[in-house]
Amino acid sequence: MNLKRKNLRNGLLFISPWIIGFLVFTAYPLFSSLYYSFTEYNVISPPTFVGWDNYKQLLFQDKLFYKVLGNTLYLVVFGIGLTTVVTIFIAVLLNNKNIKGLSFFRVVFFLPTLVPLVILAILWIWVLQPDNGIVNSFLHLFGTNGPGWFSSPGWAKPAFILMMIWGSGRMIIIYLAGLQGISASLYEAARIDGAGPIQQFFQITLPMLKPVILFNVITGIIAVLQQFAEAFIITDGGPDGSTTFYALYLYQNAFQYSKMGYASAMGWILFVIALVIMLVLFRLTKRWGYDG
Amino acid sequence: MTSTSPVPDVGPSIKKVKSKTRAEKLQTLIVYVLLILFSLAFIVPFLWLISGSLKNSSELFSNPGIPKVFQWSNYKEAFTAFPFLLYLKNTLLILVVNIFGCFISNTLIAYGFARIKWKFRDAIFIIVLTTMLLPFQVTMVPLFLLFQKLGWIGTFLPLTVPAFFGNPFFIFLLRQFFLGIPYELSESARIDGANEFKIFWRIVLPLSKPAITTVIIFTFLNTWGDFIGPLIFLSNNKLYTLSLGVQQIMSVNDPRWPLLLAVGVSMTLPVLIIFFLMQKYFIQGIAMSGIKE
Repeated sequence: MNLKRKNLRNGLLFISPWIIGFLVFTAYPLFSSLYYSFTEYNVISPPTFVGWDNYKQLLFQDKLFYKVLGNTLYLVVFGIGLTTVVTIFIAVLLNNKNIKGLSFFRVVFFLPTLVPLVILAILWIWVLQPDNGIVNSFLHLFGTNGPGWFSSPGWAKPAFILMMIWGSGRMIIIYLAGLQGISASLYEAARIDGAGPIQQFFQITLPMLKPVILFNVITGIIAVLQQFAEAFIITDGGPDGSTTFYALYLYQNAFQYSKMGYASAMGWILFVIALVIMLVLFRLTKRWGYDG
Repeated sequence: MTSTSPVPDVGPSIKKVKSKTRAEKLQTLIVYVLLILFSLAFIVPFLWLISGSLKNSSELFSNPGIPKVFQWSNYKEAFTAFPFLLYLKNTLLILVVNIFGCFISNTLIAYGFARIKWKFRDAIFIIVLTTMLLPFQVTMVPLFLLFQKLGWIGTFLPLTVPAFFGNPFFIFLLRQFFLGIPYELSESARIDGANEFKIFWRIVLPLSKPAITTVIIFTFLNTWGDFIGPLIFLSNNKLYTLSLGVQQIMSVNDPRWPLLLAVGVSMTLPVLIIFFLMQKYFIQGIAMSGIKE
């Protein structure tokens, strides 16, 4: 057997677990959900074909669906936006070479990511308790009464954003690694040209960090699209549907209302949304000259 | 400005250096202050969790600070108030199987992508990377229906079997690591008559302990905290994991919060211990995930 063929055989053999897993746990579900999305299926009786009904109902009749999209978009735009600013800021602070105890600070920012989701939810119910939570007790010191957070339709989403920032230690570490990879000679050259710290940040740090920002933003968006446990446990979508995010609404349709066909259609719309995001990502990486 | 003006005497330039260090000192001070403020914001909820777990119910509602009397009995009660040990046993069982499955499958797969050159390899690897971005909810419903047809709902199988078929993030991490191992080692083994599997098992795996450790740690983290998987696939409360068990007692009317917080501390503690023992691997694994070669 010649080497090329032997290598092909060995290569496929080694990755065969992935091939099987991909076909059974990814490709098959993806296509069977396309089928289910054109049916009405409550698990008890067999699926009946309904054509485009599920999609029509989602896009033209289900008012809650648009609210859910809006809620999710809110988390994507403001949540990811704010988290990105805060995490880059902290990473830049940590990247200062005059700072001692870097590993201590790094641990502090990383600790929240170690809390299991369920415990995270319990913790934040209490941190943002309207009467005695630490946040509102702190605000009380300044003579202001904090908002109702999870019990207020206007403040529940910002509360989720606070949680998101608190749990963003992974992003901080990734940004820090990115910052440490920027050559010191670039800053040296900028200093010689008379650029101050702020100019250096905008003209060197940010452009050099672009690929890392892109990575964090994309994985952040995917995480928001999948965000489920926190909302399910803390608010169950309330108050007034203000925290019914995409993954939660899909779960409710599938497992609480037994509308498997409807939930599958939601799954496919989510797939298209994720696909568009990925395509935009690949476009942008190309334009920024960042290719594997 | 400095570049245009000639430097005739030394005096002013020394002054300049001095004032620069003063500015630098001030800057360092500001950085410290900001870092400490941010650190407090990140650490206080943690401290609150611990202090809350040591209060009684009425104090929990009235006193956000340090408990007046430490209620260590909360911990004792937490272990008996709900089937903590049963849920712990279930969680550990799933964990052990997943660690084994992830280790076996991902090392093999990553080896195929890193150490053997074959046609289509890089094209298929792009598919692997793409699946990393696929939200779980896209395949959640049909997966549930598939597992139901197979009779797997209400067993541990949906939470363990997929671990034996690779995880894109782990494949990526291990592949990166395998690429860095010198190829001469494989070549000389091949000349000595070793086949591909032997090279994988005897040469590449023993050299990859750091990357394998990272994979095991992340498997632990994912399985330990997983919520949606057990929620959907475990219909029998004798099979509940800790995460699901905690949520279930939380959703009853008037749950005993201090006990829940004690459970919360107990559930976070093992993760913290492993983190402090293996910090290097955590940080490396995460830092690596953001850097695509």
